Amino acid sequence: MEAKLKYYLQIADNALILSHRLSENCSKGPFLEEDLANTNVALDLIGIAESIYGEVAKQENNGRSGDDIVYRRKESEFLNVILVEMPNEDFAHIMVRQFFTDVFQLNLFSELRNSKDEFLMGIAHKSLKEVMYHLKRSSEWMYRFGQGTDEAKERVQKAINKYWKYTHEFFLENTIDTEMLKAGIGSDLSIIKKNWQAKVDEIFEMSNLSIPDTDFSIEGGKNGLHSENLGYILTEMQFLPSKYPDAIW
Amino acid sequence: MENQDTQGELWEVFIQSKAGQPFKHAGAVHAYDREMAIENARDTYTRRGEGTGLWVVKSKEIVAVSQNEEGYFFDPANDKVYRHPTFYEMPEGVKNM
Amino acid sequence: MIETKAISNEELLLQFEAKIEAEQKIEPLDWMPDEYRNHLIRQISQHAHSEVIGMQPEGNWITRAPSLRSKKILLAKIQDEGGHGLYLYSAAETLGVSRDQYIQWLHEGKAKYSSVFNSPALNWADMGAIGWLVDGAAITNQVSLQRTSYGPYSRAMVRICKEESFHQRQGYEIMWKMMEGTKDQQEMAQDALNRWWWPALMMFGPHDSDSPRTGNAMKWKIKRETNDYLREKFINKTIPQAELIGLKVPDANLILLEDGTYKHGDINWDDFWKNVNGNGPCNEQRLDHHIKAHKEGSWVRETAYVSGKNK
Repeated sequence: MEAKLKYYLQIADNALILSHRLSENCSKGPFLEEDLANTNVALDLIGIAESIYGEVAKQENNGRSGDDIVYRRKESEFLNVILVEMPNEDFAHIMVRQFFTDVFQLNLFSELRNSKDEFLMGIAHKSLKEVMYHLKRSSEWMYRFGQGTDEAKERVQKAINKYWKYTHEFFLENTIDTEMLKAGIGSDLSIIKKNWQAKVDEIFEMSNLSIPDTDFSIEGGKNGLHSENLGYILTEMQFLPSKYPDAIW
Repeated sequence: MENQDTQGELWEVFIQSKAGQPFKHAGAVHAYDREMAIENARDTYTRRGEGTGLWVVKSKEIVAVSQNEEGYFFDPANDKVYRHPTFYEMPEGVKNM
Repeated sequence: MIETKAISNEELLLQFEAKIEAEQKIEPLDWMPDEYRNHLIRQISQHAHSEVIGMQPEGNWITRAPSLRSKKILLAKIQDEGGHGLYLYSAAETLGVSRDQYIQWLHEGKAKYSSVFNSPALNWADMGAIGWLVDGAAITNQVSLQRTSYGPYSRAMVRICKEESFHQRQGYEIMWKMMEGTKDQQEMAQDALNRWWWPALMMFGPHDSDSPRTGNAMKWKIKRETNDYLREKFINKTIPQAELIGLKVPDANLILLEDGTYKHGDINWDDFWKNVNGNGPCNEQRLDHHIKAHKEGSWVRETAYVSGKNK
């Protein structure tokens, strides 16, 4: 597969796997309104992923459909970061995972508006609006956790400490990123990292939350090396197409 | 200690379906603060592109008239037909009036 | 402040009934008999709980939806159910009972929800059967309830009916596609119909002759049509839909009458009451799911409350 399509997949897989985690949480929200809001985010992300997979299929032009790419692909061919695979431990973990990803996606799409690739430019413009709203919500939750009860503060700080080491992978430049940056298609991850850090600092300061003092990093998903979680996610997601390969649904 | 495990406060939601149109009552949501109230209204009542504008207001801030008062509240307006344009006779053929 | 002249309860009741007779809506601040209020509290909250509990059987398949299109649709549909629960809780709250209280009654077993959701969703065709039959039955009922006499309930129903129009279609589409598909898929579709047909018919409630609360609810126009009338309406429109795509309704005693309508076989009411009284296949599971999510959300609601107050 050519590098550009792999670059597309990195973006789509992040959206897909995170939406899967969010959709697991449907009907389990802390109150009804939050449940609906959570599902809206999941739907936005599926929408983003779906249009990218469709485009990959179109450009590949080898008979594989967008759904084939989702439902008939091996685990090691998924290129999402490990963070989005992390299970829904509690609402604090769900929101911290969301917040970190929202800030990343906001900056990524913001940069990709200048991509030389017409498709990426278009999807970046469209998705940016959705992601801005996601980030507004998740930032406000950081504040409610950090400036609310002691229990909430403790839970959210625990989630931040746990997930911090997974955030570095967002900015890890692999060979695909390098090639795409050179071609003027991809975005500059060092700029995204700087902006990401500034936004996280701003929200954490306002919310009285802190970043753990460690450089330890866990990564691999962008190159197909995942946590154990992804296997289970795909087993579930791909269950029907795997079990009934000839069926059309 | 007061009970903090609540469903939040009730807010009334008003939607403007198109720019320039009046805001119409759509329903209610629960929320714990102003930002959340307007976002919950957005996520609940405009999922199908129903609106271009949204208002939320705490339900308890709404002043209403009850049936028991209806008589003296609204009846006095019923005989002031001169407030309505159809009250006036117009010569046949008049235009742009 | 000037006090208006007191009006006796008899006069208020006459005014109330005259309003209903004239097809005017009763609004939250209007006087209403206690029995009317209590009936509404019970019916609207039961309706709200049903929407919310109803998220679960379909929720069971979101992560296994076989295409991105179907996943998106299913998720949006389940979200709608939650939204409809929300509209209905809001309508029920205008009667002077808080959502906290309604949820507590649900958890204590004092409030019911539609027992159809105590059936398990066992294969993907169940997503079709639920949309087509369960939503189909619900819509039949809800269309009629748009004309209910209580204003907030009626307005919630109008909004719900508008949104639900896609639910039944998406369900039927799933069934149809499966009936056009492989033998496995066809078997799944028929299996789902077999399991959901009778529970869907039971959704309309007991026969009119055995329905204790229909009396005043009809007089005061809370309910606009009887259980049996709505059930038959549903059966008559659904059976031809089943036949069109090659499905067979699991009723050996079904008779096609001369006027083109159907007479269905006996409904097993023992099953129905067993389910209503808490002994259906998933009663415990559905309620536990709701209680667990509610408990786990407790600290979230608390911190939202505290941070909101401090703002």
